[in-house]
Amino acid sequence: MFHLNRIGRALPSSRSVPLVTPPEPTKHVAVGRRVFLGVTGLAALGVAFGASVQNFLGNALGSGLGGLLPGGDRFRIYSITGTYPKIKDADYRLRVSGLVHHPKTFTLDDLRAMPVTSFTKTFQCVTGWKVPDVQWEGVLLSDIMDAVGVRPGAVALTFESYDRNDTESLTIDQARLPDVIVAYRMLGAPVTTEHGGPVRLYVAPMFGYKSLKWLSAIRVVDQVQPGFWEQNGYPVNGWLDGTTGPTNPDPNLT
Amino acid sequence: MAVYPTVTHRVARLMRFDRVQRSAHWANAMLFGALMFTAIPLYFGSFFGVVLPRHVMEQIHLWSGLALPLPIIISLLGPWGRQMRRDVRRVNAWTREEIRWLQTLGRSPLEADKFNPGQKLNAIFIGAAIVVMLVTGAMLQWFRFFSVSLRQGATFVHDAFAFAIFAAVLGHIIVAITHRDSLRSIFKGWVNEQWAATHATRWLEEPRAVADSPDSL
Repeated sequence: MFHLNRIGRALPSSRSVPLVTPPEPTKHVAVGRRVFLGVTGLAALGVAFGASVQNFLGNALGSGLGGLLPGGDRFRIYSITGTYPKIKDADYRLRVSGLVHHPKTFTLDDLRAMPVTSFTKTFQCVTGWKVPDVQWEGVLLSDIMDAVGVRPGAVALTFESYDRNDTESLTIDQARLPDVIVAYRMLGAPVTTEHGGPVRLYVAPMFGYKSLKWLSAIRVVDQVQPGFWEQNGYPVNGWLDGTTGPTNPDPNLT
Repeated sequence: MAVYPTVTHRVARLMRFDRVQRSAHWANAMLFGALMFTAIPLYFGSFFGVVLPRHVMEQIHLWSGLALPLPIIISLLGPWGRQMRRDVRRVNAWTREEIRWLQTLGRSPLEADKFNPGQKLNAIFIGAAIVVMLVTGAMLQWFRFFSVSLRQGATFVHDAFAFAIFAAVLGHIIVAITHRDSLRSIFKGWVNEQWAATHATRWLEEPRAVADSPDSL
């Protein structure tokens, strides 16, 4: 025996049907629809306000074990090759070449002997996660440029990673900003392999993809050459939201 | 003495899940398995590279995610989806008795439907979670169209729901392997009448079409 329930759909009655009196209808509530809308609605609120919830939780959970929970601030490790280049400190070399007066190859000790720059800044990924209050230590990129002497006509720098797969670019003016460093210490310790050690780039005013890991070579060039992520659609000027600075001379590369 | 054949108006075996539903369930389960398997190294970076390179993991995760709604949509649409659609209505419509049963965590009396309220809740949650994961996952994949604040929100929701899904799926598997009779029905389709008499009384008393008999399994 079928009847229409409250939500207007035919549902079988659970009761046996007496011969004379009509069946007492079983009341149904559309719990499924309510729970479904409740869960998806909650998720929508989470997307809208998740950033502030995350900031709060990030402070509460910290970046230790709590950082493994959703909402905790923690690094998500990306590598475009799927493996980490493992480089011993003693074997590390940074080749600086191109439009320079004195091409030079730096060892890790050479970099450590140069003036130290350190600061504490947030690492912000373009996909939304961030790690606040990261300690960084290394050499100003402008100090390295001064050490090799940039020739006239130079426009940009091209960076290459140890595995040769990742590349990045900065204009000369961007590279001379006071918070752009070649970092050999991070989070109060030498840069670990998974964070791009022994030496990586850290470009504080831009999204994380500009901070190339496992830095092996810098070439000074006469035009901006978009790096790996830029060829895959990220902005060449990777400024954090609300940040601007010297842009590329080429209006097509923004 | 004359022997009269015993006349039963019910079949001894009842179809619980037809072929369409079983296929949809296992296709869905395989996609969830692939997504959860690849989610672990993608979430905990330190696991990465142990089994497969990261970009392979990412591609598996992305394509399984995009395919996730297909088993349910395909099984619902079309003439083959009659029982699937009927069961979706079942999962949606609850009696007061069922709501109370859930509120008292199974301590109040219940004349159970084809699915008990816990099973219904699991199905609703997984259905909603598929939508949520698909939308937030798409936001993370095609993030350029969203502000950093929304990306952060999408990351947060995607991560939080992933934890909830792991809990729900783990619970689902534990309950399934400890209930052999129900478990068989997702492999072979049928349950026997005694099972239905204890676990799905209300369903057992429904009028059955000939098409529901095990011959059509």
